Amino acid sequence: MAIRISRRSKSYDARNNRFTSRYLFLPHSDFGFRITDLGSRFMAFPLSKNPIPQRIVHGTTIEILRTIFPSIILMFIAIPSFALLYSMDEVVVDPAITIKAIGHQWYRTYEYSDYNNFDEQSLTFDSYTIPEDDLELGQSSLLEADNRVVVPAKTHLRIIVTPTDVPHSWAVPSLGVKCDVVPGRLNQISISVQREGVYYGQCSEIYGTNHAFTPIVVEAVPSKDYGSRVSNQLIPQTTGEA
Amino acid sequence: MAEIELKTAPADFRFPTTNQTRHCFTRYVEFHRCLAAKGDGSAECERFAKYYRSLCPGEWVEKWNEQRENGTFPGPL
Repeated sequence: MAIRISRRSKSYDARNNRFTSRYLFLPHSDFGFRITDLGSRFMAFPLSKNPIPQRIVHGTTIEILRTIFPSIILMFIAIPSFALLYSMDEVVVDPAITIKAIGHQWYRTYEYSDYNNFDEQSLTFDSYTIPEDDLELGQSSLLEADNRVVVPAKTHLRIIVTPTDVPHSWAVPSLGVKCDVVPGRLNQISISVQREGVYYGQCSEIYGTNHAFTPIVVEAVPSKDYGSRVSNQLIPQTTGEA
Repeated sequence: MAEIELKTAPADFRFPTTNQTRHCFTRYVEFHRCLAAKGDGSAECERFAKYYRSLCPGEWVEKWNEQRENGTFPGPL
């Protein structure tokens, strides 16, 4: 047995001898009809026919409802969105490498300390921008640094950023990274570079006169070349590697 | 060049957020408590040592080492 439900979209207003739409909020109603409808409603209450305006100033119940109900809706939106916001930062896969990017005014020090046997050993190098006078043909001004951060591609990395003095920001837009760097705090960035290549970034929080002259250069190399590149980086300080 | 095994401090569920300051500090404290409990040179404590060396900047480690020597280290050793 079938039940047929049909709804008319228009009803007949006998008093004014016209059709009125039952679904004025429908976005696909006839636009011209709605304009006419709106106009006719305006014209139905001119001053001559309706000299005493209705005064509606309060409606306590509806005001309370229309405050509480949207608040409840917002709560239902906000609670999962906070959960999602924090879970976006969680690291689900254990990283393979930790690189520390320590910001100074106005250069960066990178430490690769996964292979230390003692506290003092560390692959550490400073990364300064290459001044304009020293640039070679084909290099980008204000983007090149003398020592690049070498990382293996397609590997889960953890980058820990911290400054020694003032706040700044470690940003590499092509890798989708921007992380503020705050004194006394270690911030963790979890990334996985999918393609080999060179990625440039710049500091994103002003920290002194040379803030514009402190780029970040990340070079992703194939995993098998990573070891040799890193050990070539600064030979006197590399120890404990195969 | 032989393949280096890539290993580092794992993600710790106690510190799931971006701020890893307590993670580094906790690993450092855990290492020294392990040393105090099991004696210097114990191989089991070396794991904690690797973790804190991966996470903590060298300057912080040097400062904490000095504080430990002076007896002013603020952690529960």
